[in-house]
Amino acid sequence: MSNEKPNISRRNLLKGVAAAGAVGAMGGFGISSVLAAPKTVNMGFIYVGPRDDYGYNQSHFEGKSAVAKLDWVKAFDEENVPETIEVVKTMESMINLNGAQVLFPTSFGYFNPFILETAPKYPDVMFLHCGGLWKEGYPKNVGSYFGYIDEPVYLSGLVAGHMSKTGKLGFIAAIPIPQVLRNINNFTMAARSVNPKITTQVVFTGGWSNPVKEAEAANSMADQGIDVLTCHVDSPKVVIQTAEKRGIYSCGYHTNQSVLAPKGFLTGAEWNWGKVYKDYAEMIKTGKKIPNLIRGGLKEGIVKSSPYGKAVTAKAKTHADAVRKKFMKGEMIVYKGPIKDNTGKVVIPKGKSYAQTDIWLESMNWLVEGVIGTTKG
Amino acid sequence: MTESGMGAMGVVIAVLGGAVRVGTPFLFVSLGECLTEKSGRINLGLEGNLVMGAMSGYGIAYLSGSPWLGVLTAGGTGMLLGFVHALLCQQQRVNDIAVGIAMMLFGTGLAFFLGKPFIQPVAPHLPALSLGGWSSSPVIRAALDINVLFIIGALLAPAMSWFFRNAKWGFIIRTVGESRDAALAMGINVNRVRMLATMSGGFLAGIGGSFLSLYYPGAWNEGLSSGQGLMAVALVIFARWNPIYCLYASLLFGGAAALGPALQSVGITWGYYLFNAAPYVLTLGIMIATSSSKQRFAGMPGELGKA
Amino acid sequence: MPKLLESFAIPAAALLVSVILFGIFVMIAGTNPIEVMHSVYIGAFGSWFSWQNTLVRASPLMLTALCTAIPARIGLINIGGEGALVMGGLCAAIVGIQLNGLSPMFVIVSMVLTGILAGGLWVLAIGAFKYYRNVNETISSLLLNYIAIAVLNFLVVGPLHDPASMNKPSTYPIGKANMIGDIGNSSIHYGLIFGITTCVILWFAMRRTTYGFAVDMVGGNLRAAQLSGLAVGKLILVTCFLAGGAAGLAGMLEVAAVQGNANTSLNAGYGYAGILVAFIARHNPLAVIPVAILLGGIHASGGFLQRQFNLPDATTLVFQGIIFIVILASEAFYGRLRWFKPRVSTA
Repeated sequence: MSNEKPNISRRNLLKGVAAAGAVGAMGGFGISSVLAAPKTVNMGFIYVGPRDDYGYNQSHFEGKSAVAKLDWVKAFDEENVPETIEVVKTMESMINLNGAQVLFPTSFGYFNPFILETAPKYPDVMFLHCGGLWKEGYPKNVGSYFGYIDEPVYLSGLVAGHMSKTGKLGFIAAIPIPQVLRNINNFTMAARSVNPKITTQVVFTGGWSNPVKEAEAANSMADQGIDVLTCHVDSPKVVIQTAEKRGIYSCGYHTNQSVLAPKGFLTGAEWNWGKVYKDYAEMIKTGKKIPNLIRGGLKEGIVKSSPYGKAVTAKAKTHADAVRKKFMKGEMIVYKGPIKDNTGKVVIPKGKSYAQTDIWLESMNWLVEGVIGTTKG
Repeated sequence: MTESGMGAMGVVIAVLGGAVRVGTPFLFVSLGECLTEKSGRINLGLEGNLVMGAMSGYGIAYLSGSPWLGVLTAGGTGMLLGFVHALLCQQQRVNDIAVGIAMMLFGTGLAFFLGKPFIQPVAPHLPALSLGGWSSSPVIRAALDINVLFIIGALLAPAMSWFFRNAKWGFIIRTVGESRDAALAMGINVNRVRMLATMSGGFLAGIGGSFLSLYYPGAWNEGLSSGQGLMAVALVIFARWNPIYCLYASLLFGGAAALGPALQSVGITWGYYLFNAAPYVLTLGIMIATSSSKQRFAGMPGELGKA
Repeated sequence: MPKLLESFAIPAAALLVSVILFGIFVMIAGTNPIEVMHSVYIGAFGSWFSWQNTLVRASPLMLTALCTAIPARIGLINIGGEGALVMGGLCAAIVGIQLNGLSPMFVIVSMVLTGILAGGLWVLAIGAFKYYRNVNETISSLLLNYIAIAVLNFLVVGPLHDPASMNKPSTYPIGKANMIGDIGNSSIHYGLIFGITTCVILWFAMRRTTYGFAVDMVGGNLRAAQLSGLAVGKLILVTCFLAGGAAGLAGMLEVAAVQGNANTSLNAGYGYAGILVAFIARHNPLAVIPVAILLGGIHASGGFLQRQFNLPDATTLVFQGIIFIVILASEAFYGRLRWFKPRVSTA
């Protein structure tokens, strides 16, 4: 039972979503907006770090700034809100003091218990969490959205695979959580589809923002002959700059970092939240039901690749563009067996495959064959 | 050892290179703190100087296009914070450690507040001296790209040591630090000496900050310092108020911080959180092992024990 | 009486000066200071909602402030509240997970005691290093903060990791039944009661018992205290244990009233904010209560300021830094202002 009716005025996001059946309104009810077609839409955004970190938080801030340009939207935000009771108070304060109708708490750790416990107290307010955790049985006014950023990461890995001469790639990561592991695995599998001898060395820095450790990791990896670096930390600036300084290639993350490495920048994976937030604002304004779960990747326009850098060869571009087309058509399946982890254990047997939307992929706790590193602290 | 990788040798080189790269901010802050403490006062607020120095140095380098002007600005900002610290501490009943904590809070807050416009732009970096030109290995060349600031700091350490031992002003600072009453009896203006020592210390800490933002890792953001300014204060005790030992201790700490990522990069991936904590455990362990309840440290200024 | 008046008038004047300095600061930053101060008031104390917001933020600060205030009375500057909070929360969570399923009352009491014990022993170590080895307590407490956080990070991604916590590495939950709820129908959890009660108990201990008198004697003049035969070592250890116990309790409350498990959000800076509270309160456990509420209010209004004026989050850091500096500077005025002096000189 779906509420999705064919509706020409729907934005591409929802059209694509409904057509693919990948995402969309599940469970029979969407969130009904409070006021039928309100005149102004008050939207509150909450970030766990500084709004201009050149990374994850900034990507949301840019999304907020994009939606704030609509003259019928009032958008306000708060930065550096920890995942403690403070986020509850921030949400309540946005509701009570700013009249927020919809909230976008953008950090993963805000969800349980903070959003789940606060939402029932404010049934007229929508709580849309970035993280894709919504399940049947959660409060009606809670929803979630997320982007499959591992798709553009896969494309980065393809380009890296083509460009690497030493066959050694480097990945600087904060901590071994499923989102991070999935990016590492996608990056590695893509590169190994070009050259099966390629390995990816992982260095975990142990924290989301630790510039000195990130720079040290980048230098150590350059010393070991690694010639393409990418990362998953809050702000990739230091990693990209250090790679450039050491004369090796780099792939960006979160936002477009191409200006930081005019010589060695290959491509990168970026968020495109502006689109998501504008779609939500539109739905609220027109009084449409909001699906509880919105997820999508390249096809839905929630994520994208950074433009290719100067160094990227035509062969690499052609290959990556071909795979991008497959992603856009929804035909690309990354996790198709047989896949072994890096201890030699078969994690996905031959004949079995997991589509992008498969929930199993979201609790990933293994590193794929070809990755040098461990998920244990 | 493969042709491109350096293996275990690479770890050694990374740690040695890291000792210099990561150790330089420690060196400047600890020399600054050493100078201040020799005059009988503790400035725990150098973390604030470091962060303010990093921000203001980066900002000015970006706006003016000159990294050296940035370094000077960073020093000047640090000196200004040192002035406020000294001014407060010379009031009666005002505790220098508490003032340090307050200055740290104020300095970092101010840097975060004013630093917002400088997170995105790319400021010109400080140049490095390529001492590895003789080697054909890019790894060795990278490790021997030594920043001028490190060389200045490494020369400053013996110079400061000589200064304390032989210069008249060095003697005055030591006297003030050893005993306020003795200094007063000699007609020395204790407050003025401490003011100058704290301002100079603040200047050096600010320069340490500019190294972080203008050379390594070479960007300004709010997570830039992970407590290097605070740790440097611990280093001074560790180094027994001896500038030469400050140099060694800074290099040791820099190397220790580089060890974790270097080991992971050759596939030793176990226990990186514990490696990250190693410098702190090491410092604490050495402090416990080498201190004594019976006598104060050799080299410890007498006035410090009196707080 | 003049002394009492002095101890109210000087901090009040210092706060006023801080507000003026902060006003000048935001004016230079291009914002109307009167409007900013009005918004601080609205965000912190302007309504019942704002009051609840303030009080919730104040309760951990009361406990972590005691972690600095109590040792300060014996002459030690301890900044190890953050580490003690983390260890208290971590150990309380471990006990809560192990005992989950038993009577909730028993589990909660066990967690409270574990939190106090773990935090207490953590800070007791700082006192022991000081007394037995003369290790500077400020530095060792700082190092122990870093070590506690590293231990926490290691355990929540390693041995204590709950795979269901996915992208937010945490321990297993202590169980809904063992959570501490809110007071009445407010949105303030019982941590506030724990905080106020602990402040009152420690005030009584420090001001009305021979133990407290002995502590003040050691803090006032160590040599005299030694000569009069006080067991200085024991006093230092007990004092540090009490201090760490308060911060450890704060950690236990973060687990049992807020998070429901132990995770890296335990390291949210309450320990460092507590240092500021302790100094503004001049290390008086009773004064810690209103000061923590004041600081909680500044924190509570910080978000509102960001939204009203587009000021960065660091604005409240600057405000706190100014208050801290001015309050410390005001120490110089105690006993020096003519109109607070007794008419007849007793000297």
